[in-house]
Amino acid sequence: MSVILIMWLRELRRYTRSRAQIVASLGQPLLYLLALGFGMGPVFQKAGQGNYVQFVAPGVIAMTVLFSSVFSGIGLLFDRQFGFLKETMVAPVPRFQVMFGRTLGAATVAVIQGTLVMIVCFIAGFRVVNWTLFPLAFLFMGLIACLFAAMGTAIGSALENMQGFQLIMNFLVMPMFFLSGALYPINNQSKIFSTIVSLDPLAYGVDALRIILINRSFYGLPLDVTVLSIVALVFVGIGTKMFSRIQV
Amino acid sequence: MPLIHVEALVKKFGDFTAVDNISFDVAAGEIFAFLGPNGAGKTTTIKMLTTLLTPTSGTLEIDGLSVRTHSNEVRKKFGIVFQDPSLDGDMTGAENMELHGVFYHVPRKVRLERTEYLLKLFELWDRRTSLVKTYSGGMKRRLEIARGLLHTPKILFLDEPTLGLDPQTRNQLWTHVKHLNQEEQVTVFLTTHYMDEAERVAQRIAIIDHGKIVAQSTPDGLKQQTGTQSLEEAFLSLTGSTIRDEAANSNEQLKQMAKMWGGNRR
Repeated sequence: MSVILIMWLRELRRYTRSRAQIVASLGQPLLYLLALGFGMGPVFQKAGQGNYVQFVAPGVIAMTVLFSSVFSGIGLLFDRQFGFLKETMVAPVPRFQVMFGRTLGAATVAVIQGTLVMIVCFIAGFRVVNWTLFPLAFLFMGLIACLFAAMGTAIGSALENMQGFQLIMNFLVMPMFFLSGALYPINNQSKIFSTIVSLDPLAYGVDALRIILINRSFYGLPLDVTVLSIVALVFVGIGTKMFSRIQV
Repeated sequence: MPLIHVEALVKKFGDFTAVDNISFDVAAGEIFAFLGPNGAGKTTTIKMLTTLLTPTSGTLEIDGLSVRTHSNEVRKKFGIVFQDPSLDGDMTGAENMELHGVFYHVPRKVRLERTEYLLKLFELWDRRTSLVKTYSGGMKRRLEIARGLLHTPKILFLDEPTLGLDPQTRNQLWTHVKHLNQEEQVTVFLTTHYMDEAERVAQRIAIIDHGKIVAQSTPDGLKQQTGTQSLEEAFLSLTGSTIRDEAANSNEQLKQMAKMWGGNRR
């Protein structure tokens, strides 16, 4: 068995064993879907944009994948604090493989979480417009997950303790979510705002999911897939570099 | 050629010099003990030897390879039992062994045989399918040791391996370590606070204090050098009798915080 596979398996084992955590991590997306989905519904309808639950569901799914993958990546911090990281750091295997297996595991967990939220969306009344494109949704969830899991690993390698974690949450992860257009349409925005949004990789993920699930496009699939792939590769590169530089 | 060659090794953390210009050699097949009070620099030295920390300056060689430039080849040559925990609490005992076996390229068949042998030796076999976070402190310690012995490395680093172990387990451990040393020619580099253990197993001892090696000899040599009857007296006469305290680092603080918040994650 290879190092990548065993690290991937480890992430999955840990995920399936923490049932309380699975339920807890579904809480926030559900709040956005239900409270915002139904609360904002009438205003959204009056503005001529259609059904808000329908609009926000792809955004909420993308958000679930974002949070889940970043957290798993940052889980590295826990491995550092609880000592397990040392075990992987002294082993005679390329650190790239350790990092990569871990990132793939985190990404897989994030896709599972995203799928769970998608099921809840269906229960809440969300309907897919075009089923032929539907399988692509998983591909894009996987791409978003890899991108942010690698980002999380890079951050987890650089941080030494939990204090820095709050900083990352408030100044990186939350802004990425709120600026991605997950909760509101990004067309007809001011030029400055549009530029900021276009710098947020998650915006392309949300756009892709929206195209696939409700046939509503802003950037278009070719641009989405290009940006997401390039940024994912860059983060895997950075993550590998940061990870192999860790000293414990 | 010595198996471990250390020359003029220095490690500084900011203004604090943890390891201050130490030099020593360990020959192949030797059991070498590093003794010193808390905070003397023992663990820092082991961390540098095992590629976990980069030295500030100095030469570090294992089996003729520079630890700094050939870190991955060097990692193939040693096994280590850490002073503080390094297990994954959310995996079972058997899974921790499995992961270690895969990381050290132990063939599956050998891995399963040795896992069974070692878990039985350290009386963990019945609990192999329980999550490690449900183990007692002693069980975790025993699992760390069993895991460290899963593959047969050229050099075995043991950083205070018997901390918190009962006499029975300590006895098992040292018997096994001696056996490895004699039958499989494993070189052992150990640190401990227990002088009787050092006297029992070590062929050569270096005493380190405030980051400097203050004496280096056989157990008998150290006693002669200081004109004392036991190794403990020799140790105290070389290092004085003041009590040292290690500064709590951010990791320790976080562990305490995690405990405060329920600590049920691991």
